[in-house]
Amino acid sequence: MDIFVNIAAVILILAIIWWFWLSTAKAQTISEKQVVEILLEDGVYNPARIEVAAGQTFSLRFIRKDASPCAEKVLFNQLDKSLELPLNQPREIELNISKAGEYSFCCEMNMYRGTLLVR
Amino acid sequence: MAVKHFSIGGMSCAGCVASVEKALNSVEGVESSSVNFAEHTAEVEGHVSAEAVIQSVVAAGYEAALLQTEEDTAEKEAAEFEHYRSLLKKSLLAALVGVPLFILGMSALLPDLNSTQGQVIWFFIGLATAYVIWFSGGHFYKGAWKAFKNHNANMDTLIALGTGTAWLFSMVITFNPELVPSLARHAYFEAAAIIIALINFGSALEMRARGKTSEAIKRLIGLQPKTARVVRNGKEQDVAISDVGLDETVRVRPGEKIAVDGVIIDGHSAVDESMLTGEPLPVEKNIGDEVVAGSINKSGSFLFQAKRIGSETALAQIIALVRKAQNSKPAIGRLADSISAIFVPVVLIVAVITFMLWFNFAASFGAAEMRLSYALVTMMTVLIIACPCALGLATPISIMVGVGKAAEFGVLIRNGEALQQAGKLNAVVLDKTGTITKGQPTVTSVQSYAKWQQQEVLKLAASIENASEHPLAEAIIKAAAENEMTLFASQAFKAIAGHGVTAEIEGQRVLLGNAALMLSYNIDVSAAQMEVRRLAELAQTAIYLAVDKQLAGIISVADPIKEDSAGAIDALHKLGIKVIMLTGDNQHTAKAVAKQLNIDEFFAEVLPAHKEEKVALLQSQGYVVGMVGDGINDAPALARADVGFAIGTGTDVAIESADVTLMRGSLNGVVDAIAISRATVRNIKQNLFGAFIYNSLGIPVAAGILFPLTGLLLNPMIAGAAMAMSSVTVVSNANRLRWFRATGAVK
Repeated sequence: MDIFVNIAAVILILAIIWWFWLSTAKAQTISEKQVVEILLEDGVYNPARIEVAAGQTFSLRFIRKDASPCAEKVLFNQLDKSLELPLNQPREIELNISKAGEYSFCCEMNMYRGTLLVR
Repeated sequence: MAVKHFSIGGMSCAGCVASVEKALNSVEGVESSSVNFAEHTAEVEGHVSAEAVIQSVVAAGYEAALLQTEEDTAEKEAAEFEHYRSLLKKSLLAALVGVPLFILGMSALLPDLNSTQGQVIWFFIGLATAYVIWFSGGHFYKGAWKAFKNHNANMDTLIALGTGTAWLFSMVITFNPELVPSLARHAYFEAAAIIIALINFGSALEMRARGKTSEAIKRLIGLQPKTARVVRNGKEQDVAISDVGLDETVRVRPGEKIAVDGVIIDGHSAVDESMLTGEPLPVEKNIGDEVVAGSINKSGSFLFQAKRIGSETALAQIIALVRKAQNSKPAIGRLADSISAIFVPVVLIVAVITFMLWFNFAASFGAAEMRLSYALVTMMTVLIIACPCALGLATPISIMVGVGKAAEFGVLIRNGEALQQAGKLNAVVLDKTGTITKGQPTVTSVQSYAKWQQQEVLKLAASIENASEHPLAEAIIKAAAENEMTLFASQAFKAIAGHGVTAEIEGQRVLLGNAALMLSYNIDVSAAQMEVRRLAELAQTAIYLAVDKQLAGIISVADPIKEDSAGAIDALHKLGIKVIMLTGDNQHTAKAVAKQLNIDEFFAEVLPAHKEEKVALLQSQGYVVGMVGDGINDAPALARADVGFAIGTGTDVAIESADVTLMRGSLNGVVDAIAISRATVRNIKQNLFGAFIYNSLGIPVAAGILFPLTGLLLNPMIAGAAMAMSSVTVVSNANRLRWFRATGAVK
């Protein structure tokens, strides 16, 4: 019995590492001039991973349905940009990132997170 | 002309674009419109209300919503209050179930699980708490699941797992009590309910406290009136602020707020700009003067022409700048960001390890029978006590209050990095003219020699300066005008750079300039030596006038020191900051000013182009240097400094031209900027320290580290209370910055 519990616990730890750090959600790929609608609800940006080519101009349109005050701002820390998100009112931000890499966007507390994958 | 942007829904093909455009153009007042099919947006230009546009688009069979408008503060507050009430309601319901269960349990009034009757009662208790978890804590579970699907974990994950484990374990032993030894047969339904009650209550308190953190920006937004009285076709009418077009004439009556930026074309008044600049006294405004949105007309009625509207007004730019700064993070917060990004999965692992340790080693502490219970309780407590929110909130919430508070005093801090740097300054370089002094030279005295009278000296000097563009010329001409003098015409005018000017007036050869000019023309100035020395000691500039090779007089010109400069320099010293002055003046004048104001060091005869070098020199000596200048001429020096302060009078200062923009023309703004930066950084450090200590002590205690010494484990409900209060504490501490008091400002 004990050995099974311990094995299960170790498997659980490995699963946590794999799921949260080694594996990622599928990214939504967008093209030049496209506007992606991101729904912020229940503490999650949906879609949370967006793939875009470097140097492309695209827009993110956030619609906040989450009433928690944590959700009222979205920050693009590496890009030094931010956007206020009033409840139920779409807000748009136009971006053009020339350097490839991963750029996060998050709430003020860095708990709600999304990623822009620039290829 | 006002431009509005709309989000358009329901367009399925390019043909729809034409239909929507037709609908837009049919609205009265629309000058032009364009629909972007790819983006599903429309841009509308003209004097038109958003409602009319939306109605027209809807009538055409599509949907429309106004994009990027300034949010309605009242609407936002109503939504926040609704959420606050909902949190309290959820908390109350959870408490109504959890607290009686807790009291009955403590009083041993609930049956044990060893009888069928007891199991049935506990089953119904389980169902009641399941409802509470669904009603009061459903949002945690929904959030946790959605985050999980996105390979993400957040606060909701911890709460959902902690309370879910408590409920599930309790339900399992309700059905199969024999799974655990009799001593360990305890259900934790009340813990799940009370934890949810406490966390919802904590969120509600946090929300209330957070509302106060954004007071400054709300106050700025509140300065913007909703309507303006425009003159169209000779008639005055009230229109929405978004409908005011460029160059339109706007009427402002006494007591009204000014709607957009513009220039007065008729009438005059005193205007209170204190809410924008922190400058306490109303400013006199006449025809040709600028007025800015958000300021209040005190007495007279006037007409002005709109010159900057919408997002172009100084007020809109200030709001945008403050918002941007409030959302930026200084380096000090980056460590917390890195930790909070991995925090939740790490806590999940720690919780599993805690379970394993208790499951395997409880017997070593004489708790063999209780090992499964203890393993589960400690795991649950670790999940509940961990608070990534306190860590994540520590920096942004203080920046929010600090930057907002600074804005109330007319100090605009560009970003979090500038705020952190301003707190570190140990040397401040001040440009003399316009920063320490008023930047408006005036004639302080006129001395005459030989046969000349004082009035003649001033008249001749003003006549020759009439053709000059030198800053001192303005002071002399102004003095002559005040004495109602009619000036002579001058001929053969010649300016000699760095020396002065010469001209022929009434057949006489007139020279006006410094000692070097007199020397080069072999003019004896010994009669004025005593007077010149006296003037230099008073930091006044002596200008010699010679007529036909003979000294005729001396005009002394001084740029008066601002009334509050001495106090501000004293305050900078009290903050432990070395004060250095840069000036183009000669050594004598610079020394006199430095002595008068107790300035630690000065650089005289510095050309504008060399200011940057002086800043670099101080930096090479190990100083963290702040440079205070006018933002335009001093741009290279401001950029070179660790923190550049652009100082201005009123809203004319170039916003965003420096790290810190001072709307007040007073040096006290520098003192306030440094003091509030230090207070904010100190506040961030307190928050970070508190959050780190809370988590690094709380998690081991929750894991049962004290059990070997005390024989006690932390109750998960206490962990829930601690977690709920940790975020509230961080927000409340940041709110203390609201009590910061500025030097010499109106607020």
